Amino acid sequence: MSGLKFAIREKMTEITKHEPHTIYIKPSKGLAALNLRDLWIYRELIFFMVWRDVKVKYKQTLLGMAWAVIQPVMTMLVFTFLFDKVAKLPTEGIPYPVFSFTALLPWGLFVVALNQGSRSLVAHNNMVTKIYFPRLILPISSVFSGLVDFAIAFVILVTLMFYYQVTPAWNLLWTLPLFLLLAIITALGVALWLSAINVQYRDVNQALPFLTQFWLFATPVAYSATVISAKWQILYFLNPMAGVVNGFRWSLLGIVNGPDITLWVSTGISILIFVSGLFYFRSMEKTFADTI
Amino acid sequence: MTIAISVKNIGKQYKIGAAESKFRYNMLRDVIVDTVSAPLRLAKAMIGKSDRRLNQNYVWALKDVSFDLEEGRVLGIVGRNGAGKSTLLKILSRVTEPTVGTVSVRGRVGSLLEVGTGFHPELTGRENIYMNGAILGMRRAEIDSKFDEIVDFSEVTQYIDTPVKRYSSGMYLRLAFAVAAHLEPEILVVDEVLAVGDAEFQKKCLGKMGDVAQQGRTVLFVSHNMSAILRLTQEAIVLNKGQMLMRGPTQEAVDFYLSSGQAQAGERVWAVEDVPAASQPFRPISLKIKNRSGKVVDTVRSIESVTVEFEYQLDAPITGLRVGFYLSTMRGEYVLASFDTDEPQLFEKHETRNTGRYVSRAEIPADIFNEGRYSIGVNASSFGVRRYFMDENAIAFNVDISGAPGMHWSEPRVGPVRPRLNWAIEKIGEQ
Repeated sequence: MSGLKFAIREKMTEITKHEPHTIYIKPSKGLAALNLRDLWIYRELIFFMVWRDVKVKYKQTLLGMAWAVIQPVMTMLVFTFLFDKVAKLPTEGIPYPVFSFTALLPWGLFVVALNQGSRSLVAHNNMVTKIYFPRLILPISSVFSGLVDFAIAFVILVTLMFYYQVTPAWNLLWTLPLFLLLAIITALGVALWLSAINVQYRDVNQALPFLTQFWLFATPVAYSATVISAKWQILYFLNPMAGVVNGFRWSLLGIVNGPDITLWVSTGISILIFVSGLFYFRSMEKTFADTI
Repeated sequence: MTIAISVKNIGKQYKIGAAESKFRYNMLRDVIVDTVSAPLRLAKAMIGKSDRRLNQNYVWALKDVSFDLEEGRVLGIVGRNGAGKSTLLKILSRVTEPTVGTVSVRGRVGSLLEVGTGFHPELTGRENIYMNGAILGMRRAEIDSKFDEIVDFSEVTQYIDTPVKRYSSGMYLRLAFAVAAHLEPEILVVDEVLAVGDAEFQKKCLGKMGDVAQQGRTVLFVSHNMSAILRLTQEAIVLNKGQMLMRGPTQEAVDFYLSSGQAQAGERVWAVEDVPAASQPFRPISLKIKNRSGKVVDTVRSIESVTVEFEYQLDAPITGLRVGFYLSTMRGEYVLASFDTDEPQLFEKHETRNTGRYVSRAEIPADIFNEGRYSIGVNASSFGVRRYFMDENAIAFNVDISGAPGMHWSEPRVGPVRPRLNWAIEKIGEQ
């Protein structure tokens, strides 16, 4: 048995001892190539970074992982009190707790990306100034670590839906993954832009709390997108998170209109932010170590 | 022979403005001016017309450097502070990009100075090994296969499942070093290992470097310690102000470096072009370390007094000027700071210094220093008004402790100071 183990280990060592390949270092010009090859080589680092974030996040807290439950549930309770009991906002026939919690799922993911992602480069400046690794890994892994909280919140949502006896829409199986992907792309796009800007201008740090709050109001998390009058709809959906949140509601609860023009506007903006963010990040990457 | 590293005409340009900015906020006036002009600056930055860019000075930290290095060779890099050694290593390890030129590197580049990068205090030793390995570019399978070896090397087997925040600093360093040392890169760069860790750790670093070289891998070694360079490398290059002055067998290169007056042999001279325009009207000329008999020396005896002599020129009168120095160990711990107008009488007497050439001289009394190498940084400012000139690492000197207190015990003494204290031993009773 141990002989076999040893043989496997030998084999593994053999695989990793590859013929050294030559790396060419030269000043990159204009729009840098994305260098996805390096990102692939370092893919395990993404896994380790996410794993570390999750592991460390609730260390030395009394309640530990329970925080991942308490945070979204408390937000939902506050929202329910303010917007349902006091303001009595329309929710298209869905119990308000389920209605708002569905939106808090992608919103939570986005907030993690906005806050951790934007600070990721500056927070890891000792890594950035000391060693080489594809810098894209830092914002990517902070967005991915938000997925863990997302998964926990998803379980709570399922529980809530059972409790309030809300039947999910049938097309959820294929639409939900797509909307999750859209949420990730949006979150990552914003994180790419802000993290790269933050290296040079720490103003981002100062603006983040305000930005998060403002963005929350501009997104149909606490209220329904139907309260926006028809003529402002297109303008409203220029906020990519509006499309994501609305998509989640449509996919999970089957309410509001299906994918119409507003969704395509939001998706277009998301992709635009993501792709431009990638290139902006890459073009700034070469000076990160010098300016951070 | 295969070429492991081929460097062709590389150059690296830095903005000086960026490096100075960390001292910007020391003065209230700066803070106020900055706050008031902030919206304007933001607007300018938005439309891509940063005013900082206009009055920024660019310097070449590295210029026109070319060399080839064959696989399995050990190359030393010598040069004084600011010669471009670290910049060169940063480019080779892909931390930063060159401004011009190309480099081709065959294989993975590792460094012994990246120890502990990405270590998280809350994670256990085991978890940190995986984390750190991944950061250094190791695959999980590779870390798995070397795990036991790493733990053995680090000598922390017992505590491997304890969070590293409970480790002593020595254990922490050993574990971090063990991971870096097992990366087995094709090319190893070692930058001034002697600056971190205790003597034991430094020995381990140098030992590991020797092993790596023996295994036929390529090593680049940067150090201020000429004896280590001579012992460990076959050939060396000499850098000065970003340019490569020579390359040759180590002995020749070291002789060249020491004799060409670049070595900080007790005297630092500022050429006109070395002084930033922003320090006007203050112009540093030279800084000398002198022993008791007035000779400029690189090594002083701890049992004798030492004189620090700073010569400078004022191109216009300055009010409230204070000139002085910061003394620190090579690990960067401050030992003391002192200024020429610390005495109120002297401050009143020299309230305004007129145009002219000056020397500020300080005598550091005997029996202060412990054994080792110390760095002096100079500073000229009007307190609360303006900083004219600052060089954090102007010169370095060695201290020889023969004759110091406690030398009849062959143990090293902790701490940067080794004063002669007035001890008394009294017998105060029977039994």
